[in-house]
Amino acid sequence: MLETPKRKNPVLRTRLPTLPPAARSRVALGLTAAAALGRFELQQCRDCGTVQYPPREACQQCLSVHLPWNPQPAEGELLSSTVLHHSNDLFFRERLPWRLGLVRLDCGPTVVAHLHGGVPPAPARVRAAARLDRAGQAVLVALPEKETSNMADDRQLREFTCDPKFRKVLVTDGKTVAGQAIVKALAKAGAELIWVGHAEPWKRSPGFDELNKMSQVTLLPLDVTDSKNVREVAAQIGGKVDILVNNAEHHRAFGIGNRPGVETARAEMDVNYFGLLRLAQEFGPAMRLRGADGLASAVAWVNVLSIYALANFPPHGTFSASKAAAHSLAQCLRAEMRPAGVRVVNVFPGPIDDEWNQLLPPPKVAAAGLANAIVDALRDGVEDVYPGDVAQEWLERWRDNPKALERELSL
Amino acid sequence: MTRKGYEGVAVAVPVTVPYVRYSIRAAHWWLARSLSEILKTSGLRKQDLDGLSVSSFTLAPDTAIGLTQHLGLSPRWLDHVPLGGASGVVALRRAARAVQAGDADIVACIAGDTNHVDSFRLTLANFSQFARDAVYPYGAGGPNASFAFLTAYYMRIYGATREDFGKLCVAQRANALKYPHALFKKALTLEDYLSARPIAEPLHLFDCVMPCAGAEGFLVLGEDRAKALGIPFASLMGTIERHNAFAADPVQMRAGWALDREELYAQAGAGPGDMDFVQTYDDYPVISLMQLEDLGFCGKGEAPAFVRKHSFTHDGSFPLNTSGGQLSVGQAGAAGGFLGMVEALRQLTGQAQARQVKDAKLALVSGFGMINFDRGLGSGAAILGC
Repeated sequence: MLETPKRKNPVLRTRLPTLPPAARSRVALGLTAAAALGRFELQQCRDCGTVQYPPREACQQCLSVHLPWNPQPAEGELLSSTVLHHSNDLFFRERLPWRLGLVRLDCGPTVVAHLHGGVPPAPARVRAAARLDRAGQAVLVALPEKETSNMADDRQLREFTCDPKFRKVLVTDGKTVAGQAIVKALAKAGAELIWVGHAEPWKRSPGFDELNKMSQVTLLPLDVTDSKNVREVAAQIGGKVDILVNNAEHHRAFGIGNRPGVETARAEMDVNYFGLLRLAQEFGPAMRLRGADGLASAVAWVNVLSIYALANFPPHGTFSASKAAAHSLAQCLRAEMRPAGVRVVNVFPGPIDDEWNQLLPPPKVAAAGLANAIVDALRDGVEDVYPGDVAQEWLERWRDNPKALERELSL
Repeated sequence: MTRKGYEGVAVAVPVTVPYVRYSIRAAHWWLARSLSEILKTSGLRKQDLDGLSVSSFTLAPDTAIGLTQHLGLSPRWLDHVPLGGASGVVALRRAARAVQAGDADIVACIAGDTNHVDSFRLTLANFSQFARDAVYPYGAGGPNASFAFLTAYYMRIYGATREDFGKLCVAQRANALKYPHALFKKALTLEDYLSARPIAEPLHLFDCVMPCAGAEGFLVLGEDRAKALGIPFASLMGTIERHNAFAADPVQMRAGWALDREELYAQAGAGPGDMDFVQTYDDYPVISLMQLEDLGFCGKGEAPAFVRKHSFTHDGSFPLNTSGGQLSVGQAGAAGGFLGMVEALRQLTGQAQARQVKDAKLALVSGFGMINFDRGLGSGAAILGC
């Protein structure tokens, strides 16, 4: 189990981030695509059913080139293990000793995997998972067959996750129901310190006083539409933020025809898109420098987007557009944070059960559900999260046929 | 259909370009020196060579064909054998067929690699598509990690101990002390071996080959031609190669030798017990044990007992890797796959000086190479006699 990390000695040089080897063939990125969603998928021959690994272009059994990525049972047997005391790569060299396992999966292939410290010596039953490493690429990890206490504290596993435990978090808006739920979930997950932003401090909002009573919470005025304010807050705490959760949001209904003028759309863009841009410009550089800063390094940037970012939902048309813009910018941010090993987690909830989605039918995502999904994503090292039944269903429809989804939404 | 034998093929002119730990030269430099050494030793001229076989990891972006222009050769038979530790046996086998068929009269087989300060890491990072996708991102331990898995598994299943592996390493070092080109010049004791620092458990320092730069080479030609030229030679009695054997085994405990050894011994008209010495491919000691089993010197899983029974020095029982093997000479990339072949030729032609195996008439040379993902894919063996 992890001990609370010691306070950082400000005189010592901060270790600069390095990344594990990131090169992959294009076909191997199928593993990354699944791991980004927290799924364990391997190629499986459409014609003969053989499960394949390492990723390849043709079936080793029947030479079929139809090898879709399918979910696979993750159980297997540890055949052999090693502890590296030498590595040819800087990232691992700084993290030695490093434990690896050779695992025969029940579904067929033998794989090389990072080996959790809780797995006993071979032979042993293990559970494999695909995780994103600090380079943002998928790797396989072999975990103890059954969940054990403090499993997430494993030194190696923590290199693949963004666990809030012992970390300092900024939540950009604590005035919404969702924001308050996120703060509470992070506190429960062991976050050491949570800065909670609140715009327009003269406006009281329900539940806000309760946050103020939490020992981990520090309130601070933060308005993501105010460049000067964002810069000042970043100057004050930017060098300490390990996880930034940007949940600041402006949300109004209607599309193009129902509301004259551009003021509402502009306000949505100012918070949802430019707010992210301002935060990224001011907080990004310091977080990038702290990507390998010890046990509680800068590790993740969470954007609360919307499932409407994937396809425009006309009844909330301008809001959808602002979230699509934010999604695009988040991809840019992801590319820029990657060299530092800081993960950008994009959350695409279905309609949240709040006042601005009052007229939408259920199922709607409860604020606590959204908050738990964010914490789970950080703990599991997932990159794209789709909380709620609506988001899951939209995702499936969008992956299946984006044009069909567009038509369906316009009817 | 039974394949044709290898009658009438001579293997001769073993050459070594002295190894160095690091070199600022390109692979071409090493291969050129190997070839010029072959010419110097044999008295042949460049235009007498009408066949060329090249093995190298670090020749890129060139391949064998680029080397023909680089070195001003015009062969009518050309082979590129990018098979690492299997390249010596495979180069010989293919060259032998060319000579038998008359496609070439005299084939120079050369292997060489350079080793810049950072080139080993770069070779590992881009060794194969499977390695890049599914091994290198896992700690970048290279072959150390792959062989650690095999070694740990072998120890668990067959009860081998570190002392067993150590015995081979110590014996090979004793042989190496009598081989002038070996990079390791200091005697090794079992105590040194056991107390060395861990590299990838259960492997420790002296279980792992040291990458270096160097080159090796030999000639393949008809026996009549060799006699006419007055070149001492050994005859090729039989040879096999096999790739990706036993692919369904969950972890590699055997390789292609186990599939084809009967044919190998039948070609040679001899059995394992007739060999006067053996050269195994030895980048890690576990693979030597596997070869002893798969080539029929003992049963599967019996190599630990076999090791405890023999001394493995050039003057002891079961002479093995009589120049010290890669573990004590160094691993000069693809030239590592030629080391045993060149040493066997020296032994069989009486050029092994202080480490000469007495009355050496028949020898087995084995090759193993290319850890593409979790196991070595290529294997081969040849029996040479004189």
